[in-house]
Order: sequence, then structure tokens, then C-alpha cells
Amino acid sequence: MKQKTSISVIKIIIYIVCIFLAILSIMPFWIMLVNATRSTTQIQQHAISLLPSGHLMNNLKILTGKSFNPIKGFINSMIISSGATACAVYFSTLTAYALVVYNWKLRQPFFTFIMAVLMIPTQVVSIGFYQFMYQIHMTNNFLALILPSIAAPATVFFMRQFMIPSLPIDIINSARIDGSGEFYTFNKIVLPIMKPAIATQAIFTFVSSWNNLFLPLILLTQQDKYTMPIMVSLLRGDIYKTEFGAVYMGLTLTVLPLFFVYFLLSKYIIAGVALGGVKG
Amino acid sequence: MKRNKLSYAKYGYIFSIPFVAAFLIFTLYPIIYTIILGFTDFKGLGTTTFHFLDNPFRNFQIILANPSFQKALWNTVFIWVVNFIPQIFLAILLSAWFTNGQRKIKGQGIFKVIFYMPNIITAATVAILFGALFGYPMGPVNDLFTTLGWSEKPIYFLQNKWVARGVIAFIQFWMWYGYTMIILISGILGINPELFEAAQIDGATNFQKFIYVTIPNLRTILIYTLITSMIGGLQMFDIPKLFVQNSGPDSATLTTSVFIYNQAFSGSYLYNRASAASMIMFLIISVLSGIVFVLMQDKYDVKERRQIKKIQREMKQKSRNGGNI
Repeated sequence: MKQKTSISVIKIIIYIVCIFLAILSIMPFWIMLVNATRSTTQIQQHAISLLPSGHLMNNLKILTGKSFNPIKGFINSMIISSGATACAVYFSTLTAYALVVYNWKLRQPFFTFIMAVLMIPTQVVSIGFYQFMYQIHMTNNFLALILPSIAAPATVFFMRQFMIPSLPIDIINSARIDGSGEFYTFNKIVLPIMKPAIATQAIFTFVSSWNNLFLPLILLTQQDKYTMPIMVSLLRGDIYKTEFGAVYMGLTLTVLPLFFVYFLLSKYIIAGVALGGVKG
Repeated sequence: MKRNKLSYAKYGYIFSIPFVAAFLIFTLYPIIYTIILGFTDFKGLGTTTFHFLDNPFRNFQIILANPSFQKALWNTVFIWVVNFIPQIFLAILLSAWFTNGQRKIKGQGIFKVIFYMPNIITAATVAILFGALFGYPMGPVNDLFTTLGWSEKPIYFLQNKWVARGVIAFIQFWMWYGYTMIILISGILGINPELFEAAQIDGATNFQKFIYVTIPNLRTILIYTLITSMIGGLQMFDIPKLFVQNSGPDSATLTTSVFIYNQAFSGSYLYNRASAASMIMFLIISVLSGIVFVLMQDKYDVKERRQIKKIQREMKQKSRNGGNI
């Protein structure tokens, strides 16, 4: 009896903490969404309101009337993120396939090498990367942000872990007997089997490419090449200093596509994060 | 037959070519280039030629003696530590709560989804959103404070360097504890349930089970979390760059990545100095990761070896006693 009451007290505490944390997660975004519909004067009088107002279109007009071009940013981000995602998942699966299926001399060293590469802090080598791109005239070229993801060590690692238990070697052998070439086997038989892993990794690569600020910021200097995060960084500038409603509107526009993807796929995303953790 | 197998091995090499090529071009070459630039006089927009310095370590000396860099390094470490300690504690606590079989917490799935949500939102957006929330004179936080009567006048929060730094640490914590929690939960679920059953039979309380079974078995995952968080945290850029303008009062929120960016890209174009600073950070991060890895690894190995010896001794004793099993 006594233990039961103590358990339920603990349970209540747990719920209180969890609900508090949930509010903490949601509140900033809720304020953002509501304030995107309120006029700057309303926000100045009371910056917190739980109920939306009717100035959505007006805020949008002020926002796009200056340097913020959400459609352009959306399209640019879409091109870069889709390209990077396609490169990362396709070539990582191919690399994992080489590591799992073929018995070659450098197989083990190559795997160790990939694990070491995983630890390289990429941002601190950006000066050399920028200079290199500058010299071959690849700044302001989306390919400079897409092609590097062909070598995505974390994705290779994940694909390998997934492939070892789920790819029956017999299928490959029977495909060989039927005269299928190795490359054909990979594209037509292995890729479909790897679909669940590809989907998980595609989500993560896409989101992290979409959210990336540092490299696009140093590489893309022309305004019509700006990605969504660079557009967001413009909201910090002086031209939006007093346009509170428009700033919240701009933030909302960048968050909405992510919210949409997240709540549609949250089940897979959470499962994917959990799988990534087992790698240790 | 054997010949056939040999001919397949070459595909291992062929299929690895794209990865290796992309790595050589986009990672290794830039690393080497960054290292080289650190020893040269390479600066200014549009320059393409450079000379090695007479004193090759001059850039490194200048950077290490630069008070701005020292401050940035201190800020970066401070912000990371202040975010990581509560983050790992909260994540451990939540994962212990969520994996306890005796009390089933309802709505776990929804809580996980909500706690993880800030992590997938663009960091740039989050930084500017929090900048607006803490706005002066009329930001939402100020509105809350004056409405609740906590302060009579609006407070210029971000003018205080400790508040500015603290809020960045909080944002980092807020974005990442959900991620850490999910990883720890999956780690706990991967522990052999027999260990918990054995502890249960021995009369261990929930707390004892947690300390003596869960935590030691999470060792690898905790190392992984610590190292990845450190690598990410010491390269922090988006949030400190955008949260307060010009790195806040007295450069309170200047991190090393923002420092490197400012050296190279905002006006001064000192690519050589930026490269030197990058290499210093590269070294610091590698050394720290290595130390963490070795320390945690060794402790475990020593323990394990001791345990194996103990078991061997017991076995010997048993066999001496007549081998009753």
C-alpha cells in the first residue's frame, strides 16, 4: 500500500516535469506563430498573446517587400538539399555494399578509415574548402554544396550496420547465376531491400543540409542563390529592426516546412535517432 | 570457382571509388590546404598567390596571443560545458523514467516527439527567434516579467554578458536534450534484460539497478554522446552568430567558429590567420576526443581484466577444491 502511494507520487512528479518540458518546447514556436499574425503595434503593446490576430497578409507584405524572398530561398534550399540527399544515400549505400558483400584485401582498413573520418570536425577546415572552391570558380555554384555529400561516413556506417543482417547473400549469388552484372544487381535488387534504411538516412541528410548555415553563408554571395537559413539571417539586419510582425512571419515561413515534415514522419525520425545511437 | 571469387573482389574497390574520390577532393585536400595556408601570408579578397612566412609559426603565435581568440575559446568551452552538464543529467533522468517497466508513463511517444522537435528546426531560425523573445524593450520575456510583476521596468537582458552567454547555453541544451534522451533510451533498451532480473532477485532497488546495471552498461553510448557533443559544441556557429548582434556586450558570445568566420570573411580577409585558428581548434578537438576515448576505454579494460583474473582465480580454487560444479 505504502509503496503504491509513493510510486504514484513519483508518477505525478514525472508527469509535471514532462508537461513542463513539453510546454518549454512548444511555447517559443507558439509565440512565433501567433505573433506572425499580429501587427507590430499589437506586439509592442503586449508581446505575448495566445490568440492570433488578423494581420497575417500585412506582415507577409512587409516581409517580402524588403530583401526577404521566401520562395527563392525555398527553391534554392530544395535543390541543394535534394541533391545532397540523393548523393549521400546512393553513394553511401554503394560504399556500404562494397564493405559488406565483397571480400577484398583493403576491406577492413577501409572500414577503420571511414570510422576515423567520422570524427573529423568539418567546419574547421572550411577556409581551405572555400579557397579551393574560389580558385575553381565554384562559389555561388550549388554543386559545391551537393557533391561533398558523396563521402558521408556516418551514412555509410549506418547503411553497413543495416545491410549486414538484412541482405541475404543468396539473392546476390542467384542474381549472378542469372547473369546479372554487379552494378545492375546493386541498383535493381539491393537498393529496394535497403529502402527503410535509405528513407531514414534521407530524412536526416535532408534536414541537416536544409538547416546548414556556415558553408552556404561563405560560398553563396549572390542574393538570388541564398538558401533559407541565409534568408533567415537577413532578419537580424537593420532593415527589419522595427518590423516585429514581419520578423515573426519570416521565421514562421522557414519553420513551417520542417514542422510539416516532422509531424508527418516523426515516428520514423525518432526511430532513426534511436538506431543511430546504437552505433557506439 | 576460385577464380570467379577473385574477380568479384575488384568490385569492392570499384564501388568504393566515389566515396574515396569525394573524400580526397572535398575533405582531405581542403584540410591540407588549410594547414598550408596557416603558414603563409595569404590574405585579402581575390588573392591567389602566397608565400611561406620566414617564421612559419607566426600566424599561430599571433592567434594564440590574440585576446579575442582567447576570449572566444573560453566562451566556447563555457557555453558547451554549461549546456552539456544539465543536458546529460536531464537526458539520463528522463530515459530512466521512460524505460522503467514498473511505472508505465502514458504519452511517452508524444513526449519524445515534442522533446526532440527543437532539434530539427533550423538553428539560424531558433537563434533569431530567441533573440526576438528576449527583445528590449518589448519582447515576450519582458512582457511576461512585467505582467507577472517580477520587474517594473523592461530589462535589457542581452546587454548583460552572463545572460547572453547563459541563454545561448540554454538554447543549446533545449535543442539537444531530446536527442540525447532518445539515444540513451535506445541504449538502455539494448541492455540484456537478464542483468536487471538478476539484480531484481538480489533485491536491488530501482535506484541501485540504475547505478549498478544501467549506467555501467551505457558506457559506450555515454562516450559517444560526450565526444559527438564536444565535436559539435566546440564548432558552435549559427546560434552565437545570429543570437545577439556583433557577439553581444564585451564579445560575450563570440565563439571560436564565429572568430574564424570574422577573421576570414567579414571585412578583414585574413585567411592565413583564420586557417591557423582553424588548425588550433582542430588540434584541440582531436586531442580532447582522444583523451575522452582513451580514459573511458582504459578504465573499462582494466576493470574487465581484473574481473577475468578474479574469475580465473576462482576457477583454479574450485578445481583445487575438487571441482564440484
